[in-house]
Amino acid sequence: MFDSRTVGSENLPRSLLACKHCGAELSSSNETDEGFCCRGCAGAYTLVQGLGLESYYGRRSVDASARRLRPEEEEEQSYDFSAHVERNDQGESTLNLMVEGIQCAACVWLIESLLAKNPAVAWARVNMTTRRLVVRWREREAGEILAPILRVGYRLVPFDPVKLGLDTGKHERELLISMAVAGFAAGNVMLFSVSVWAGHFSVMDGPTRNLMHWLSAFALVAVAYCIRPFARSAWAALSKGRTNMDVPITLGVLLASAMSLAETIRGGEDVYFDSAITLLFFLLIGRYLDSRARGRARSAAEHLLTLDAVAVTVLDEKGGRRLVPPAQVAPGAVVLVAAGERIGVDGCILAGRSDVDTSVISGETVPTVVDVGERVFAGMVNLSTPLKVTVTEVGERTLLAEIVRMMEVAEQGRAHHVALADRVARWYAPVVHCAALLTFVGWVGLGALSWQPALMNAVAVLIITCPCALALAVPVVQVIASGRLLRQGVLLKSATALERLAEIDTVVFDKTGTITLGKPRLEPSSNALFSNGTSSPWNEADLCEAASLAAASRHPLARSLVAAAPSVKVRDDVREEPGCGLYAEGLRLGSRSWIGLPDEDQTLGPELWLDRPGQPPVRFSFTDTLRDDAALVIARLRAQGLAVELLSGDRAVTVAQVAGQLGITTWQANLTPAGKVARLEALKAEGRKTLMVGDGLNDAPALAAAWVSASPSSAVDVSRTAADVVFQGGRLSPVLEVLDVAQRSRRLVGQNFLLALGYNVFTVPLAVAGLVIPMIAAIAMSTSSLLVIANALRLARRKTG
Amino acid sequence: MNSLLMLIPVALVLGGLGLAAFLWALKSGQFDDLDGAANRILFDDDPQDKDTLSERKASP
Repeated sequence: MFDSRTVGSENLPRSLLACKHCGAELSSSNETDEGFCCRGCAGAYTLVQGLGLESYYGRRSVDASARRLRPEEEEEQSYDFSAHVERNDQGESTLNLMVEGIQCAACVWLIESLLAKNPAVAWARVNMTTRRLVVRWREREAGEILAPILRVGYRLVPFDPVKLGLDTGKHERELLISMAVAGFAAGNVMLFSVSVWAGHFSVMDGPTRNLMHWLSAFALVAVAYCIRPFARSAWAALSKGRTNMDVPITLGVLLASAMSLAETIRGGEDVYFDSAITLLFFLLIGRYLDSRARGRARSAAEHLLTLDAVAVTVLDEKGGRRLVPPAQVAPGAVVLVAAGERIGVDGCILAGRSDVDTSVISGETVPTVVDVGERVFAGMVNLSTPLKVTVTEVGERTLLAEIVRMMEVAEQGRAHHVALADRVARWYAPVVHCAALLTFVGWVGLGALSWQPALMNAVAVLIITCPCALALAVPVVQVIASGRLLRQGVLLKSATALERLAEIDTVVFDKTGTITLGKPRLEPSSNALFSNGTSSPWNEADLCEAASLAAASRHPLARSLVAAAPSVKVRDDVREEPGCGLYAEGLRLGSRSWIGLPDEDQTLGPELWLDRPGQPPVRFSFTDTLRDDAALVIARLRAQGLAVELLSGDRAVTVAQVAGQLGITTWQANLTPAGKVARLEALKAEGRKTLMVGDGLNDAPALAAAWVSASPSSAVDVSRTAADVVFQGGRLSPVLEVLDVAQRSRRLVGQNFLLALGYNVFTVPLAVAGLVIPMIAAIAMSTSSLLVIANALRLARRKTG
Repeated sequence: MNSLLMLIPVALVLGGLGLAAFLWALKSGQFDDLDGAANRILFDDDPQDKDTLSERKASP
């Protein structure tokens, strides 16, 4: 909320120059008329205004980091929704969708209002937290109902609510209900216990105390209900011959309850019903927080994945077009890939010649030319002309599946990280059990007590040592840390990511798309060096002329030329020769060989040549821009004593240049995905713990092989799946932030463990000596838990330094 | 002592009511969309939203 507000106010002075619909900055090159950046936005604005919903524009706060609300300019890329529609007996259809593009509450209002305007819609509701839309309607087709939302610019992806997160939701709900029951029972039992304790100091006759004990015994029902999550986990561990935190918990609570019941029947003085149920209550809080933090990270990751499920356009024999999910395309089918579209399948080109952006696969910034008969892979982006592709591989045999297999292999090789809490539990549980057993044996053997009071003392030891604060120490810190990171656009996908991040000593970066933005930018004229004087440095007039041609193309080099000369009039007569360049009336803009110059060594990086009749050709050279704060982030990392490396699939010259700019001394170029993994394995063999930051498909196996990994949210889905941390925005500084939070979390967890253990050191001797009465047990337990939580909260309060 | 016999059941029943109310709220999805609910109260000044509201009540 805070972020979007600051961004909104920052935008205010520029609002005159922003597109009325999507809020993108306007420049004379993309302005159509009346303050819109494109026809799609103008259409969307008219639609919204026509329905009387224009107050939306006044209410919303534009979040600059989010996807712009810009409709597709081409024919609507409508997804085939029919497969996901559920119909009931009354003829009502229901559809669950994920919505991309929701920025603020006004978007929720706009979507619901757009749907409500349609009389066929019976019910529509957007969940702002999960960004999901449920819509019910009668009699119409799904596409017709949802068309207005698509035209305004939101992207919709249907999903199956049963498949997505049903079991995690069920588990979480069970924990929450158990927590509520335990809280209720703990509160009421404590009421009786306090009166019994008060009775120690004044006079409470035996029968009254017994009545109180019997009343407290109703906690047994709650204990029986609430202990299930712990008992299940303890049983699972024991049956595998291991022990975990849940074993002493289950044992302690069950023993305490049983002994208390026996004492109550006998009319004894000390019962532990209150301790047993309060303990469960605190533990369930920890469990619930833990599961919630994990569930939230997971659902966000699923959200990212589902949104990328793009449909593929399949051509059938009659020339008809169908939109099909990539998984359902059969080998041999012909797929049409429009210019600007991502290729969804592996295949051979049947017709067409085009430039494709392969950066996702090879890490190279400059597009490659593909022709009939050549192979293309899922994930590449078709840039210049439509292609017809014959599908050769599907499912298991695609390049993507190959990469996924490499990832799995790498993941198996990854040293299995044992969560800190589990490592503590490994020695804590046996110690606790021994202490309780020794107490019992000691009192029976030496203290000449009968077995019943001796067992009560042993139970007191179990209750006192029950790892209540220990079980809270990690989850509370984790929840606060991940909440704090989430607000800054960093998503923790793995529960142990923070612990692993705190241990790293080496950071390995990918180049294209990670250190750099993966977009070429025009170099200033003075930098446009040339080898043999065949061209002269360009001037403004050259640039304008070149940009007037380039405006007609989607090629990244052409795009960046246009970006450098925004106020240029677009020519109408431009033709594109795929893989070569653009031409119009004797003007030519394109590759060196196409212009007819000798093909020299290509060490100078990406370039475009402008050829005009009667003038020497002019060269425009490009570089891949670094992320704004790349140099700063790398300098800071080094200042923290971390080794920084650069691994890239790009050409050595480019990588060397980037490494030089950033002061990175260890770098490797021309690496295949396997090469990157090999380098990480080598680092591991040296005993180093690496953080891998990468975004491409070629980085995915390396991300899986690293000790811990991070991806920008612009990364391909496979990489985001492999990464432990996903960060948003165009900056690299979240890497620093997440390392900082990880280190502080580790400190806090350590302090929390010390606090919790300190309490035990103090109280266990008392319990062994048989001096602990239920009141002391209750006070000691609650105080240590509260202290641990209060200590963890410090993480949320401290400002970013 | 007599007052205790009355007060204890009263306390239990009141607490039980609170628990039941919470469990009901949980089951009926009151906690599903906390962000949306916080902003939704600001929407209802528009006539077309009332249609959705009335229909919302009609369906579960």
